[in-house]
Amino acid sequence: MSDHSTYTPKTGIERWLDARLPIIRVMHDAGVSYPTPKNLNYLWTFGGILTFMLVVQIVTGVVLAMHYTAHTTLAFNSVEHIMRDVNYGWLIRYFHANGASMFFIAVYIHMFRGLYYGSYKAPREVLWILGVVIFLLMMATGFMGYVLPWGQMSFWGATVITNLFSAFPIVGEPIVTWLWGGYSVDNPTLNRFFSLHYLLPFMLAAVVFLHIWALHVVGQNNPDGVEVKNYAKDTVPFTPYATVKDAFGMVCFIVFFGYFVFFMPNYLGHPDNYIPANPMVTPAHIVPEWYYLPFYAILRSIPDKLTGVIAMFAAIAVLAFLPWLDTSRVRSLRYRPTARIFFWVFVVVCFLLGYCGSQATDKAVLTLGGKTILDIAGFGAILTGYYFIYFIIILPVLGLFEKTKAEPASIADAVLQRHQGAGASAGAAHAPDRH
Amino acid sequence: MAEHAASETNRRDFLYIWTGALGAVAAGSAVIPLVSQMNPDASTIAAGAPIEVDLSQITQGQVVTLKWRGKPIFVRHRTPKEIAESKAVQVSSLPDPQSDEQRVGKFNGKPMEQWIVNIGICTHLGCVPIANSGEHHGWYCPCHGSHYDNAGRIRKGPAPRNLDLPPFAFDSESKVRIG
Repeated sequence: MSDHSTYTPKTGIERWLDARLPIIRVMHDAGVSYPTPKNLNYLWTFGGILTFMLVVQIVTGVVLAMHYTAHTTLAFNSVEHIMRDVNYGWLIRYFHANGASMFFIAVYIHMFRGLYYGSYKAPREVLWILGVVIFLLMMATGFMGYVLPWGQMSFWGATVITNLFSAFPIVGEPIVTWLWGGYSVDNPTLNRFFSLHYLLPFMLAAVVFLHIWALHVVGQNNPDGVEVKNYAKDTVPFTPYATVKDAFGMVCFIVFFGYFVFFMPNYLGHPDNYIPANPMVTPAHIVPEWYYLPFYAILRSIPDKLTGVIAMFAAIAVLAFLPWLDTSRVRSLRYRPTARIFFWVFVVVCFLLGYCGSQATDKAVLTLGGKTILDIAGFGAILTGYYFIYFIIILPVLGLFEKTKAEPASIADAVLQRHQGAGASAGAAHAPDRH
Repeated sequence: MAEHAASETNRRDFLYIWTGALGAVAAGSAVIPLVSQMNPDASTIAAGAPIEVDLSQITQGQVVTLKWRGKPIFVRHRTPKEIAESKAVQVSSLPDPQSDEQRVGKFNGKPMEQWIVNIGICTHLGCVPIANSGEHHGWYCPCHGSHYDNAGRIRKGPAPRNLDLPPFAFDSESKVRIG
């Protein structure tokens, strides 16, 4: 990005403030004159959508905290009180509960976009790793938030997840007792989860700030994956171009969000969470929220408890090493036809892992003559295998041997080529590298 | 300062190192209460005192669930057939080998083998198993499919260990103290 600022204070007050705290200058440089690659597609609007979702979650969450009581005997009823008695409480709670799901939908699209276009590659490694940290914080926040209504899924979800730590030898049990503040998930656990659920979004906001800072240092990646070479030719100013495009993407996303809130607010939840927590009875089938299902499937597909837990954490940790695991010099999968196939298989595997996480482990997937030859646990193990092979073997090895397509010389070239190509493609259907 | 060579250790270095070291100790000490407050508090520990169970209320074949330290405790009154079944199992074939004798308590040196006292928490991920179900008619965990026999031993499924035994002792033929 360009180092010089294009901001010129127009009024006396602005000049006075600019000499003391150049906050308007910083905002102008970051949100108005910031050079944006001119070939960005709608997948690049999810950064803005995610920022919006974080604000929605914080605002609705702060309001909900005004009516919620973090005590095992009162929590469930206080949530029902929010739903029935508090003015617009139902609306605010449904926005918050569905907002969590929307946040994860947006973040998964954002992550897959980064994977597809190679947004993690140099010089964007720190930007990417901060993103992984954000994802981890989101998962922790979402998990603790789901515990607060103190329904059956809240309680048993908390029990299962905190028990994951008991898999570690020697230190496991003391860690679990320490997390609980007792001998089981109980009032001290609920209280600290509420405290942390309130704290983590602000830490999230701080890391998002770092993420955006890092983004503004290295500049945005783009669908063609070539760096900006000429600001005048390759970029357009953030405002109005990216601002308007982001706003349009955001409005479409809000419509989608609103459909869930107003027409199927409990679709993504679990009915068992409308039963008050009961430590003496486990629900017949415990499932986490949909956004954890792929990782839950990895956990369950490995028969050994400790290995399962390690695999689940490793599935997230491996993302942080991705900038060094992918050895290809070409960023965008537009120019890596072979890698593209493995990528789409990876996407399908992630969805199938999600499906496995939602099913009972002994359910049959493949039967032959009435005999189960593959159950959910076995299928999950195969999918888990591909998940790790993709990162640890396919990406490092493929980068060394893959025959890539020629990258465009610049963003401007790519854009012009595509426009001329679009006009000519009807007649050039047999061009060798076009399909 | 000019008379000291740059590489020479002097009084300043001593002060820097000591200041830094004591600062680290102070910061570390401040962490102790902050971490410790998350461990079980005095009231939680007090509420975890032992409980007494009157066994005369539990009929043969019955499994009762009690609460101790917020955890379910299973007390099973086994039938002679169940005891025989459990004793017939070849111990070395079990995932967590334990004989039936190791699972039961004693009163005056006599094994109280009709009574099985377990912590009712699946050793896999902490769910509460369902009594009298599963392949071995002991307990079955609905979460991830662990099967336990009537002595609470893991027979099939992902759970790594047999059901844990709480600390317990028989005060008489019909009274057991848990905790």
